[in-house]
Amino acid sequence: MSKRVQAEAVSAWFGDHQAVADVTLTIEPKQVTALIGPSGCGKSTFIRTLNRMHEAVVGARMSGRVLLDDDDVYAPGVDPTAVRRTIGMVFQRPNPFPTMSVAGNVASGLKFGDQRPARREMAGIVERALTQAGLWDEVKDRLDKPGASLSGGQQQRLCIARAIAVEPEVLLMDEPCSALDPVSTLVIEDLIAELKDRYTVVIVTHNMQQAARVSDVTAFFNLSGAGEPGRLVEVGRTAKIFTRPDDERTEAYVTGRFG
Amino acid sequence: MTVHSAHALGRSHFTRRRAANTIAAAAMTVALIAALVPLLAVIGYTVSRGAGALSAGFFTHSMRGVADRDPGGGAYHAIVGTLEQVGLATAMSVPAGLLVAVYLVEYGSGRLAALVRFVIDVMTGVPSIVAGLFVYAFWVLALHKGYSGLAAAFALSVLMLPVVVRASEEMLKLVPDELREASYALGIPRYRTVLRVVLPAASAGLTTAVMLAVARVTGETAPLLLTAFGFDAINPNAFKGPQSSLPLFVFRQVSSPYAPAVQRAWAGALTLIGVVLGLTVVARVLTRRSRLVA
Amino acid sequence: MLLLAIGLFLAIQAAPAFRAMGPRFFSERQWLPSPPAYGIAALAFGTVVSSVVALVIAVPVALGSALFLTEVAPRRMGRPLGYLVDLLAAVPSVVFGLWGLLVLVPALIPVERFLDRWLGFVPIFANRSGLFGRSIFAGAVVLGIMVVPIVAALAREIFNQVPQANREAAQALGATPWETIRTAVLPFSRGGLVGATMLGLGRALGETIAVALVMGAAYTVNFRITEVGGNSLAANIATKFGEADELGRAALIASGLVLFAITLVVNVAGRLVVRRSVVVGR
Repeated sequence: MSKRVQAEAVSAWFGDHQAVADVTLTIEPKQVTALIGPSGCGKSTFIRTLNRMHEAVVGARMSGRVLLDDDDVYAPGVDPTAVRRTIGMVFQRPNPFPTMSVAGNVASGLKFGDQRPARREMAGIVERALTQAGLWDEVKDRLDKPGASLSGGQQQRLCIARAIAVEPEVLLMDEPCSALDPVSTLVIEDLIAELKDRYTVVIVTHNMQQAARVSDVTAFFNLSGAGEPGRLVEVGRTAKIFTRPDDERTEAYVTGRFG
Repeated sequence: MTVHSAHALGRSHFTRRRAANTIAAAAMTVALIAALVPLLAVIGYTVSRGAGALSAGFFTHSMRGVADRDPGGGAYHAIVGTLEQVGLATAMSVPAGLLVAVYLVEYGSGRLAALVRFVIDVMTGVPSIVAGLFVYAFWVLALHKGYSGLAAAFALSVLMLPVVVRASEEMLKLVPDELREASYALGIPRYRTVLRVVLPAASAGLTTAVMLAVARVTGETAPLLLTAFGFDAINPNAFKGPQSSLPLFVFRQVSSPYAPAVQRAWAGALTLIGVVLGLTVVARVLTRRSRLVA
Repeated sequence: MLLLAIGLFLAIQAAPAFRAMGPRFFSERQWLPSPPAYGIAALAFGTVVSSVVALVIAVPVALGSALFLTEVAPRRMGRPLGYLVDLLAAVPSVVFGLWGLLVLVPALIPVERFLDRWLGFVPIFANRSGLFGRSIFAGAVVLGIMVVPIVAALAREIFNQVPQANREAAQALGATPWETIRTAVLPFSRGGLVGATMLGLGRALGETIAVALVMGAAYTVNFRITEVGGNSLAANIATKFGEADELGRAALIASGLVLFAITLVVNVAGRLVVRRSVVVGR
């Protein structure tokens, strides 16, 4: 499990608007890589190009290459749904399927799988995923309740459980705590620290403290002005980025002098 | 692409899922085609059969003294009837419908408005023949007024009202609240804000709402059978005596086995479709434009 | 308000017919002036069967095209095609009737023969009379065509209210478009679609002129839908009104009252279901 993701010269557009320009970035396995930067800098769009979710938006397109270990994610004949199974994603707002139970939500991705697990196995997978997501003890008595009945923080962990139930190699998290209260945020941050033992984790956050707390590597994105595409400014060990970055724009951002 | 990458990102059972997806997409495409083919067929047949039967005389002659198997004759009397009946119906239902819509958007809140909206929605589902029967029972039988274009207009109003209300409600909702607030901030009372600011701002949209409602009732046949009754000669007075109308004309002509009558039916249908679809398309185009502005 | 007035006046004017016929009004199949024998059994049967068959034809087409337009087609293409489907609803029913009688009925005869020949072991498709054409089946096809745009428009509205986050959740798990529809779109809109179908049913039940022109106007209860025949409450009013005497008209009004009651129930139920599902959706 856990593979390396390499983005080579990735650019992304929505219609005529270019959102991301020429990002080349290697994301190492079994680490947490944080993408930080001011809003509109293209960090969310960038991670959506990694699992081919970007193209699900009307009018969106991209250029460049994305490699998962040695496999080109955009090679002709590669099915985007297979890519998305291998590279899981957690969204800003918790989005459990409202018509499904807690267990049904966790199992939902397995139904799209290569081999649909038997019913008995399914229960084991659900338990394992919920345990990994740190939610099992809280929900084990109400697995058949609707997913929407959980609290916001629980819903987000449910979504994480749903994403890891299909055993992806990589887990992309797009500001996973922005809709949550501080306590739930802390629970998720602890969870992220555990998840990196098994997965390549990428987290987009606008919260620099969060990036400093959870990540091993930090990449700083920036845009030179409104309407301009976002670019990768600097990437390095998190400790270095937050203490002595090479680029003065990074320094200005992490020390809170702008953005 | 290497074999290896295909293996890593698209494994075994994948073909079955892909096949299911392809079949589903194909089924949806077929469904869309099945929905569109009748439209094209109806319009296509009406145009091709009707165009040959149309002539200047069709618009200037009535059916007075013309038997089913005679050629000639026209729909002039029916066109007059349709214009008068739809005109009267519009004159009755548009002010009333606008009033209700203004109430719903500007004043209505809470249970009463929700109830009104619900009843209006249910009214859109009243079968048109029931509306005709209602006017027949009320106007023709109970009040002994007899068949007339006016009775037909009443029946059409019953059908038109809910359409006017819902369509103009949508248009009024498009007027931005900032505009209302700007007016209130100037100390202008609510009713004047509605009259001077909201209605003018929505006027383009309201026009299209009315056009859609007119298009909807112009093609109605069933209620007219029971209220205008139908008449072969010209009756310019909508307030007295039976009248014809375009849909009634088509219905009468197609009910006959003779070729000239069927010809006239196609010609009438073409005229009718031209008016109704023309109004609908123009209204749609205008709506889109006014949305873009708003 | 107006709805109450409609019910009230119909009831008053229908009273003589109810008085003359009594409960037989609901069991009698014939519609004869002398001796007066007016009953809605055959008409109600024809109304319900033709409408239900129409829905069986129309709902898959409507849902499929709505799904195609909202979920599969690129937006630039979906919009105008959606307008085209809506346009179908604007075609006057008398034009559908004209086209149905003169074009569709002849075209359907081979289809009916085919159904009889190969599916005749299913009783509803068998045709023992050897007469094909102006049948309940033909009427149902025309009704189905008229119902498609109504159900499709409502379904599109319902699908558009499914939150994008729901679809993204499925897509991010590697769902194909069809799997996304099955897990993220359809479960979410099931209630609304039931309501949309009911509103389509209400439309089919009340359709008059197209049915009057296409179906065979027979006062029979016959489940073999490809045989010539079929009639409906609404169509009967249109065809018998001109020639009816006083009691006959009262009877027609009475049958209209029954139709009004049925469609009212269907419409109220449909609206309630649609509204509830939409409110939950928000």
